[in-house]
Amino acid sequence: MTDAAAGLQVKSISCTRGYRDLFSDLEFELNPGQVLRVEGKNGSGKTSLLRIMSGLAQPLVGEVSWQGRKIHHAESSYFQDLLFIGHKAGIKFDLTPVENLCMAKQLHGSKSENGIEEALYQVGLYGFEDIPCARLSAGQKRRVALAQLFLTRAKCWVLDEPYTSLDVAAVAMLEELFTQHINNGGMLVITSHQPVTLQAGEQYRLVLPNTQLEQVI
Amino acid sequence: MTANLSTTSAFFALIKRDLMLSYRHRTELLNPLLFFVIVVTLFPLGTTPEKALLQTMAPGVIWVAALLAAMLSLDTMFKADYDDGTLEQMLLSPHSNAVLVLAKIISHWLVTGVPIILLAPLLGLFMFLPAQGITTLMLTLLLGTPILSLIGAIGMGLTLGLNRGGMLLSLLVLPLYIPVLIFSANAVDASLAGLAIKGQIYFLAALLVLSITLAPVATATALKISAE
Repeated sequence: MTDAAAGLQVKSISCTRGYRDLFSDLEFELNPGQVLRVEGKNGSGKTSLLRIMSGLAQPLVGEVSWQGRKIHHAESSYFQDLLFIGHKAGIKFDLTPVENLCMAKQLHGSKSENGIEEALYQVGLYGFEDIPCARLSAGQKRRVALAQLFLTRAKCWVLDEPYTSLDVAAVAMLEELFTQHINNGGMLVITSHQPVTLQAGEQYRLVLPNTQLEQVI
Repeated sequence: MTANLSTTSAFFALIKRDLMLSYRHRTELLNPLLFFVIVVTLFPLGTTPEKALLQTMAPGVIWVAALLAAMLSLDTMFKADYDDGTLEQMLLSPHSNAVLVLAKIISHWLVTGVPIILLAPLLGLFMFLPAQGITTLMLTLLLGTPILSLIGAIGMGLTLGLNRGGMLLSLLVLPLYIPVLIFSANAVDASLAGLAIKGQIYFLAALLVLSITLAPVATATALKISAE
């Protein structure tokens, strides 16, 4: 590997569901300041690809590397640099937003100067800190999970359908945050059925089951 | 150094969170505990109130009930985390997964194992166990219930992704519970007869050490497979 490998390398990975090939021989590299939008029909393997990229699932063949090391290598720092938010929000409905974010912060060992209150204010949940998440609306629960984006120092964000059940204002707020993240040299992998309009960085599009990356803009 | 420190704080934060969640769901915890009490109290009604007979059956009955109650409570260990996605977040944490899993097992034992130990003297009295028998019973439960939680965690991790894992779980876990049952019930029997119980206690302690060191690692691996 070259020393220049600063990002995520996906090397000839294949994935199957049952007896069906979702994609095969997928190969690309994502470097700081780049955005990858994964698109495709329902069932085309977007979530499977994201779970492989986040290390939750193993590809059938091939490997994923971070800064030149396999992500599951003992010395890899991938899980310190990764923030994954999947379909399941990953929050406890019986805990308040503050308690949920406290735990998330501990689990990621992140040392961000941004406080939890501040993050909740940013996602528009000011005044809801002490209400159990079960009593929040679907969009508000989503916002609790997404508040992690304000708390993290992770370089690589892997987000599976982050816009689900969010209103227009929240989507605009997220896009602003993404732009900031990209401009700071972060990386973003995102799936969405809604259009994603970012004014920053190099943007690529991967339309499954094609395995060729297209540059947007 | 700092990485180690933050793993420790994540470990305690996870225990605290799970205890808080259990507290907010306290009625769910009552179920296995009630089962434990009911089984033991029904026994004299179903068999005989004769003192000598109950005394000889007591160690076995109390331990079998404790074991089944522990198995009933396994379901709560990872299921909710799996359903709401917090398990995924835990597995993606940069901290050692085995350490975090151990935190979850410990908090599970605190809310399911400890109440069983605390209730045992009362149930011992129901079964006419003398004082030295009750002390030994509590000692064996103190060593044994964590083993049940630790071994159960492996089985739970393996069957998590399955729709009806309950049946498979008992099949996987019960054979591994049997040594604990045999040595514990035997220790209480021996103490009733005035014999030394060191051997059984050492064996239970050895099993506990073995399962504390191996079960979290095995469970973490099982969870990774299940979460895929």
